[in-house]
Amino acid sequence: MTAPRTLYDKIWDDHVVHQSEDGTCLLYIDRHLVHEVTSPQAFEGLRMTGRKVRAPEKTIAVPDHNVPTTEGRDTKIDNEESRIQVEALDKNARDFGINYYPVSDIRQGIVHIVGPEQGWTLPGMTVVCGDSHTATHGAFGALAHGIGTSEVEHVLATQTLIQKKSKNMKVEITGSLRPGVTAKDITLSVIGLTGTAGGTGYVIEYCGQAIRELSMEGRMTVCNMAIEGGARAGLIAPDEKTFAYVMGRPHAPKGAAWEAALAYWKTLYTDEGAQFDKVVTIRGEDIAPVVTWGTSPEDVLPITATVPSPEEFTGGKVEAARRSLEYMGLTPGQKLTDIKIDTVFIGSCTNGRIEDLRAAAEILKGKKVAPGMRAMVVPGSGLVRAQAEEEGLAQIFIDAGFEWRLAGCSMCLAMNPDQLSPGERCASTSNRNFEGRQGRNGRTHLVSPGMAAAAAITGHLTDVRDLMTAPAEPA
Amino acid sequence: MQEFTKLTGVAAPMPLVNIDTDMIIPKQFLKTIQRSGLGKNLFDEMRYNPDGSEIPEFVLNQPAYRDAQIIVAGDNFGCGSSREHAPWALLDFGIRCVISTSFADIFYNNCFKNGILPIVMPPEVVEVLMEDARRGANARMTVDLESQTVTTSDGQSFPFQVDSFRRHCLMNGLDDIGLTLEKAASIDGFERDLATLRPWV
Repeated sequence: MTAPRTLYDKIWDDHVVHQSEDGTCLLYIDRHLVHEVTSPQAFEGLRMTGRKVRAPEKTIAVPDHNVPTTEGRDTKIDNEESRIQVEALDKNARDFGINYYPVSDIRQGIVHIVGPEQGWTLPGMTVVCGDSHTATHGAFGALAHGIGTSEVEHVLATQTLIQKKSKNMKVEITGSLRPGVTAKDITLSVIGLTGTAGGTGYVIEYCGQAIRELSMEGRMTVCNMAIEGGARAGLIAPDEKTFAYVMGRPHAPKGAAWEAALAYWKTLYTDEGAQFDKVVTIRGEDIAPVVTWGTSPEDVLPITATVPSPEEFTGGKVEAARRSLEYMGLTPGQKLTDIKIDTVFIGSCTNGRIEDLRAAAEILKGKKVAPGMRAMVVPGSGLVRAQAEEEGLAQIFIDAGFEWRLAGCSMCLAMNPDQLSPGERCASTSNRNFEGRQGRNGRTHLVSPGMAAAAAITGHLTDVRDLMTAPAEPA
Repeated sequence: MQEFTKLTGVAAPMPLVNIDTDMIIPKQFLKTIQRSGLGKNLFDEMRYNPDGSEIPEFVLNQPAYRDAQIIVAGDNFGCGSSREHAPWALLDFGIRCVISTSFADIFYNNCFKNGILPIVMPPEVVEVLMEDARRGANARMTVDLESQTVTTSDGQSFPFQVDSFRRHCLMNGLDDIGLTLEKAASIDGFERDLATLRPWV
């Protein structure tokens, strides 16, 4: 009988191609996702060495980071450097024969939304991409993490990665979430508690009733930000919700293969008695709608709180907090709900899925954005966009005064024309509030889609619960 | 890859915690399709005014540190985006070694692929090294990967740990892909088994 294993242990064990005496492993990669920004140098490396892509059928490429999100982009991208990168991906996909969703394809979108949507991401797989938010795919019980461009080239050439095993960390969210509290609030609250380096050296398994109760979309939001907590990857054990989501997707197994896959997937859970090196437990009922006040994703507070003072921190964080407050233009003691907002961005691989758009539309229905507010929705994929149009969500956004855009990463990292101006303040459903992330000297407050919608209406950071109409508590 | 054995050079002090890869190389410089040429934009928004003029207070703009080869930094250096443009920019500027109490995982990996040595030291040692770095261009630190030590300008020596495989690759400038392809038979075997065990993959 084997010793009890964690979910991470099981996936790891099933992918070891070779193990050296010092514990360095060659790990097999089941799915390699590729985008235009971190891959050109890797393909160039293959060309220079005369190497081929070992498993083109397991390699999936889509341009997302610097594509414009306005109409006409399939015929012309104005920024020359962006155009060159997208054209390079077109050519590399063609030359090396990998799966590809060009800008003109309705299935194009953010790589971490396209992968699950098309059924490329399946439970128990190893998934990598030259992008730190690859952690998203962990929601399916897949071991998924970001890699650098040298490693992209390594995976292209060998379909493996040189790895050492991380430690196991469990993050348990017990009980149920209160109304108005979402997956985004869970993941931000965890980072607020553990810090941006709290997960360094670990793979996190998220578990507990509140995680089980999340939809697949919500689970993807939670795992997406595992990287902001420093973890190599985030995982959630697959269950009936996972299988239901995957079933029937274009690249999911069918028929007898489905049955065989399902039998295997049902073995993917942490055994009773398996050891975790670190455990964090949070009561779901204790999580409030949260917002970031600083320039690190760990700078998290409930929306009901006030801006902290640098003196409340210790060590290097004192100076960091002082710098953050100056950058953000905030004063200690100021109520978070008094912070005025210029721009609202709804989208990204964190919160660009259909459920996120539904949550925002629910708050916006029949309302208008505050005067002068610049508000933008960028669906995570062309298919999410089409579905939102079919459900009437697009019209709610447009009627409220939002711009309704085409799919891409957009203002999450502002590589395309969607950027903040110096001093402009944004309530954003994205994942990073770093200095300059959304544009030089732009100011970012990370929030859930509902909170972003609420801020768009009132013109300042707002507790979404104040705008919720339906009876909040179940009878 | 350029090999790394022993380096004696100026160390720049950057005591800020959570220096992220967006700070190291802002996204507007990720549009390149090459690895080289990013050094001039290293720490761009901290280093230059919007009009392109230098911000004199920024450490790498100070005469003493313009040729720094080592950075001594605050906790959690290199967090955020996986962009390998961050180590490319550091290397292109001339930085071959970064010392901190902790590094973000992906950045740490990326350094080794580019001939840069990231060194984790306990907080009290980083403090001593930070002080030494503050002495400027006359204080040259020595990083020796062979003996796994960092020695300050006044001769205090501190040991550090590094993974033996990574050390071997860095000291010999080895190409990972070449090493892995030597195990092609193992990969072939794994794929044959996979076709039976998990044919849907």
